Amino acid sequence: MKAAISVNDLSVSYNGNDALRNVSFTVEEGKLIGIIGPNGAGKSTLLKVLLNLIKKDRGSIEILGKSIRQMRKSVAYVPQRSNIDWDFPITVMDTVLIGTYPNLGILKRPQKEHRAWAFECLEKVGMSEYRNRQIGELSGGQQQRVFLARALAQKPTMYFLDEPFVGVDVTSEEKIISILKELRDNGKTVIVVHHDLSKASDYFNELILLNKELIAYGLVENVFKPEVLNRAYTNQFSSILGGE
Amino acid sequence: MIINFIEAIIQYEFLQKALLTSMMVGIICGVIGCFIILRGMALMGDAISHAVLPGVALSYMLGINFFIGAVFTGLLTALGIGYISQNSRIKNDVSIGIMFTAAFASGIILITLMKSSTDLYHILFGNVLAVRPSEMWSTLIIGIIVLLCVYIFYKELLVSSFDPIMASAYGLPIRMIHYFLMALLTLVTVASLQTVGIILVVAMLITPASTAYLLTDRLWVMIYLSAGIGVLSSIFGLYFSYTYNLASGATIVLAATALFILAFIFSPKQGLLWNTIKSFRKKEAFSQK
Repeated sequence: MKAAISVNDLSVSYNGNDALRNVSFTVEEGKLIGIIGPNGAGKSTLLKVLLNLIKKDRGSIEILGKSIRQMRKSVAYVPQRSNIDWDFPITVMDTVLIGTYPNLGILKRPQKEHRAWAFECLEKVGMSEYRNRQIGELSGGQQQRVFLARALAQKPTMYFLDEPFVGVDVTSEEKIISILKELRDNGKTVIVVHHDLSKASDYFNELILLNKELIAYGLVENVFKPEVLNRAYTNQFSSILGGE
Repeated sequence: MIINFIEAIIQYEFLQKALLTSMMVGIICGVIGCFIILRGMALMGDAISHAVLPGVALSYMLGINFFIGAVFTGLLTALGIGYISQNSRIKNDVSIGIMFTAAFASGIILITLMKSSTDLYHILFGNVLAVRPSEMWSTLIIGIIVLLCVYIFYKELLVSSFDPIMASAYGLPIRMIHYFLMALLTLVTVASLQTVGIILVVAMLITPASTAYLLTDRLWVMIYLSAGIGVLSSIFGLYFSYTYNLASGATIVLAATALFILAFIFSPKQGLLWNTIKSFRKKEAFSQK
């Protein structure tokens, strides 16, 4: 197996405050990985630096052996729902069509075949009958499925999702996780920022446990243990998990 | 009276020029305005239009085309606003307020110093009935440039307005797109000087676009509607300006406001009236159960 992502000695700060310190890990291809940790642990920061949206102070990141810059078009990003303006005048279909933009390049417009492909992606997430709706008219789970369809439309080799299950109904959550597992089985790498510990062990192969530093990384059964989790969550959740 | 207006248009060349110029202004302000309101930059639009004043004054002094000076001071102000809010705890709206009033104040002083025939009043409030052929042509050229830019970069403007994080993740230079839009905005402002003037141009940018925003859920429809509503506002405004001898900028803006109020009340999806009726029916249905 090739390394999908290798992060070496990564440090990031905002205005002199550390967000991530000396983080190193290597992710193999074809894995479904959760990034977990308490609030303010740097989960979203890690995702953003992997997407080259913020600058790192130190360290190196390689995606499939290349720089992020070279690989940015084959990486798809599903934003947190709170980052989207749901009143924007755009339909479900046109939202998914945006997924074809990265590979179109400047000046070219989406053609019939791109529309057909976007429709296929919408069918995949079970949202094709809503294609002419304005995106704000959908429920939270439906909105998240539309953005997953947009990511699929990009035909990437790697998927980054930021808290995709927040405010999402059970049906949508199951649909989304089954698609993510299918992508993994087809050799794609899927990285999910996740905050709900209860499902973490069912959903992911491997976990990245963060709290500014990398606390633990590895197979779920090795990371998802009270004594390991406690090191990240200190005393916050020890009573809930029944540890100590 | 409308017949008199139509006869006057056929008869007087100055009125034909006024009508053509203000219709073009309606179109380009309507188109750019859509992106301004969707990006939440209404205040920025107001600021940049005011910041054009010192540039216009400097251009007169140096004897160069005033589009050059306007774009220069407009962009300089946009850069200053961005620099202050990114490098201090000053919030963006405050930074906008500081920079554009400074630019506007310098413009007033520069124009006073010039003591030329340039009338500050006309730059600030517009006087479309006195539009010169050269100004009509430059408005047309600016209009074509602006529309072409929006047509060519429609896809990039759409994605960077809707989801700047994704746009930036796949490599679009979103900061450059922001300043590019600011440059278009200064061009539109200068093109609107004669018609509505610096003070009121922001209304032509945001009011027709907001009216269109209440009427559709598709960006390209919104752009066409907004341009159309801008043109209608210009025609109605010019009619009242000519017939009752009122300032053209003010009548055009009020015409745009009237159209907005109509959409606000009667819009099929977002309007006040239908929403009230719908919630009334819901309550009725519940009370019958």
